[in-house]
Amino acid sequence: MSRARDPRSRIRNPAYPLVLPTWLVLGVFFLLPLTILFVISFAQRGTYGSLRPIEDFGHYVTSGKILANYARSLHPIYLQIFWRSLWMAVVTTVLCLALSYPVAYYIAVVAPPRRRNFLLGLAVVPFWTSFLIRTYAWMFLLRTEGLINRTLLSAGLVSHPLELLYNNFAVLIGLLYGEIPFMILPLFASLEKLDLSLLEASADLGASRASTFLRVTVPLTMPGIVAGIILVFVPSLGQFIVSDLLGGARTILAGNLIQNQFAVARNKPFGSAVAFELTAAVLALLFVYTIYTRKKGQDVLL
Amino acid sequence: MSRAGEARGRGSRGPFLRAHAWLIYLFLYAPIAILVVFSFNKATQTAVWQGFTTEWYGSLVHNELILTAVRNSLIVGVAATLLATVFGTLVALALGRYTFRGEGFTRNLLYLPIIIPEIVVGAALVTFFGVVGLRLSLVTVVIAHVVFSVSYVAIVVRARLSGFDRSLEEAALDLGARPLQTFWRVTLPLILPGIVSGALLVFTVSIDDYVITSFVAGVGATTLPLQIYSMLKVGVTPEVNAVSTLLLLLTVILIVIAQRLQQPPPEGVRD
Amino acid sequence: MGSDHSVEIRGLTKRFGDVAAVDAVSMDIRRGEFFSLLGPSGCGKTTLLRMIGGFELPSEGRIAIDGADVTLRPPYERPVNMVFQHYALFPHLSVEANVAFGLRYKGVDRARQPEVVREALALVQLSGFEKRLPHQLSGGQRQRVALARALALKPSVLLLDEPLGALDQKLRKEVQVQLKHLQRELGITFIFVTHDQEEALTMSDRIAVMNRGRVEQMDEAARVFERPATEFVAHFMGAANFFSARVREAAGGTLSLALAAGGEVRLPLNGTRYRPDESVRFVVRPEKLDLRARDLSAHGVPSVAVTIEDRVYQGISTMWIVRDSADERFVVYEQNEKPFEEASRFAVGGRAFLCWNPSHAVVIRPEAEPS
Repeated sequence: MSRARDPRSRIRNPAYPLVLPTWLVLGVFFLLPLTILFVISFAQRGTYGSLRPIEDFGHYVTSGKILANYARSLHPIYLQIFWRSLWMAVVTTVLCLALSYPVAYYIAVVAPPRRRNFLLGLAVVPFWTSFLIRTYAWMFLLRTEGLINRTLLSAGLVSHPLELLYNNFAVLIGLLYGEIPFMILPLFASLEKLDLSLLEASADLGASRASTFLRVTVPLTMPGIVAGIILVFVPSLGQFIVSDLLGGARTILAGNLIQNQFAVARNKPFGSAVAFELTAAVLALLFVYTIYTRKKGQDVLL
Repeated sequence: MSRAGEARGRGSRGPFLRAHAWLIYLFLYAPIAILVVFSFNKATQTAVWQGFTTEWYGSLVHNELILTAVRNSLIVGVAATLLATVFGTLVALALGRYTFRGEGFTRNLLYLPIIIPEIVVGAALVTFFGVVGLRLSLVTVVIAHVVFSVSYVAIVVRARLSGFDRSLEEAALDLGARPLQTFWRVTLPLILPGIVSGALLVFTVSIDDYVITSFVAGVGATTLPLQIYSMLKVGVTPEVNAVSTLLLLLTVILIVIAQRLQQPPPEGVRD
Repeated sequence: MGSDHSVEIRGLTKRFGDVAAVDAVSMDIRRGEFFSLLGPSGCGKTTLLRMIGGFELPSEGRIAIDGADVTLRPPYERPVNMVFQHYALFPHLSVEANVAFGLRYKGVDRARQPEVVREALALVQLSGFEKRLPHQLSGGQRQRVALARALALKPSVLLLDEPLGALDQKLRKEVQVQLKHLQRELGITFIFVTHDQEEALTMSDRIAVMNRGRVEQMDEAARVFERPATEFVAHFMGAANFFSARVREAAGGTLSLALAAGGEVRLPLNGTRYRPDESVRFVVRPEKLDLRARDLSAHGVPSVAVTIEDRVYQGISTMWIVRDSADERFVVYEQNEKPFEEASRFAVGGRAFLCWNPSHAVVIRPEAEPS
């Protein structure tokens, strides 16, 4: 009785040439730049936006100067910015969830099945259109000469134009507007898989509609809820465009700070430090998420 | 999994949910609609309707900056899409078909560009180009776009692959086709819609991208979003509305096509 | 290796981790026979089939087709073709393109291909369907296209992986008969996998009953049905009426057994050796059991006293469930020859005698070797 050996194992795994191009591109043009950025975050700004050369490296490390940028980011001015980014992201996410869940529920459960694709398509299209343009649309609406103020004035509801732009309110609206499609999709994906007979069983066993919702629907759609939260919270945290166009000097977010350091203040090391703090926060969140999905044995995108 | 019957409009909740959904849809589309409508407004500065005109679209055609920006966007879009589609498809095939060491690493590597905030990626890239001495130009923009696009293509094609019936490939092998012939005659035609769909998606993302592009575009490499942005910063004019409308239109068309391609094939007939 | 065997398998084993899905199986399948692999899900029949087709590589053992060792050969290098469980029709190709798919690898030139396709479709009664696409076909039609596609390549062995599973009852029965006739007509060796014993019996010349990776019995269809070799096969083929007994005497062509429920039974002795006082079990198929009002042992007919527990009307037959004095349960199928209005001699709760023709009893040894 011979032991049949797999001749195919003698051939090299055909997967490697397939992944090599991507490894190269992402390795050189993604991982490497990020690493360089990380390294720079420990340096200091030199003249004209370049790096200041370090004389005594040993002393540089031991004196703690190496962490100067990170220390600086803990300054109240910057903490304020981080705090604003955080609570804006949280508020946006919560509001998004509250507003999007019923929409996703409607499309997935209530609407007639033949309309489902169309309704979903309506929700998806904004998802892919330019964030810049969608933010500009609110700029157009909220300006003092904008449509909303015009309408309010001509209707006699206000005597002079409201300051709707360049404040927290405008940024929140812009964020909400931009992120709702990102929340609808994963919620829909989860709700679509929902076995409706479970809801009927729950009702049959005596649960009220609210009770069924809380005890059956929500737990079963939790993967979609969590995915949606991640998909909205993370970009909100790193937001740049909305706060740049709709916010003013009073509504700087972490993204604006970073961009400012690189484009205007020309302090790459400090900008890098803040960038990495943002990245760390995002990665920590995602780490938690992967633990959650691994426990639940969820379908992965890749 | 059964979806207990076709009865919808669940009791008294139905109409309320419907109203809410349409309100949200209104919220999503009204600002865009207003934007589009006012691109035909005669007035320049105010949001008061002063009559219908297409002059702003006309002036776009004569606007050198806009035309250059459009050209740049198209060049970058096509180049980045081609590269990203090839790389992304290959990776998706590898992940979907084979087990290999570095599989987990590859997956995480592909998730990162989507996860890490655009600001950070842009900053990292511009710093990198500075360190290696690569001058900022359309080339650097293409590189940047490829970096964040590969993942999208990989995800879309991977999804298409996972719904792929392996027994079709086995059948081809059984009928005498070697692995490469099987790929060419059976696998590729069937995943092609997914590949094209991914390509369209990526093209859309590329022509719409602002943040990362703003970091890595050099002088003369202004893309359309960058041009729109600088116009915005100067002042709100109907011209901005006009060019925004056109860009939106293009995006919507591409996305609708991409969605159509992702539809699953039709079901069979009853015995 | 002999040349009137289409397929020869020696010591074939397939392991997934620690589990042996197929465990040291050996068999010879004759040229031109309709051979079925029968067993419950997970018994290894599909894995075995896939190894013959080349879709799984064995962990151990050898496979030869038409005398040539093909153990390590990929599917495209074997003179074997498969009809897949869900047909695996290429959705982007027409019926004609599907059927013609493999012809180019056999060297059939372009000009001749349409003719070959036409012949193949005619074989399965789908002439005229060339231009249709798979999604425009019903399940039964798709199955026939899959068949035509495989047969167009004129393989020496055709593998069929539960191809009738998705069809409804009535269609299934029709197709079973059609497949049987087709196989007779073509003279190709068919290896058929199914979990449906009736299906296997309808179509097969020989059946191999598999359980947990091993072959429990491999025999002519009727013999597997009427003379199960092991307890498993008896259960699987629906013959699970087990009588326990002790050997009194085994001589002169007669096996005398003392039933556990009391009484004696004499069965024909077939050459197997028995020790005195040995425990044996034998089965009698439900349709081979009769209910009688009187004890007939004096006439040489085995009779066991039973009480009637239940009676179930099944249309063609009536199923009786009875218990003997040792509380063993037995199932009897009685052909419904009389109209239902006529009262039966027996009623639930009453008593009767369980009788059978001694030659219908099949002894099953607990450690019986698969034949």
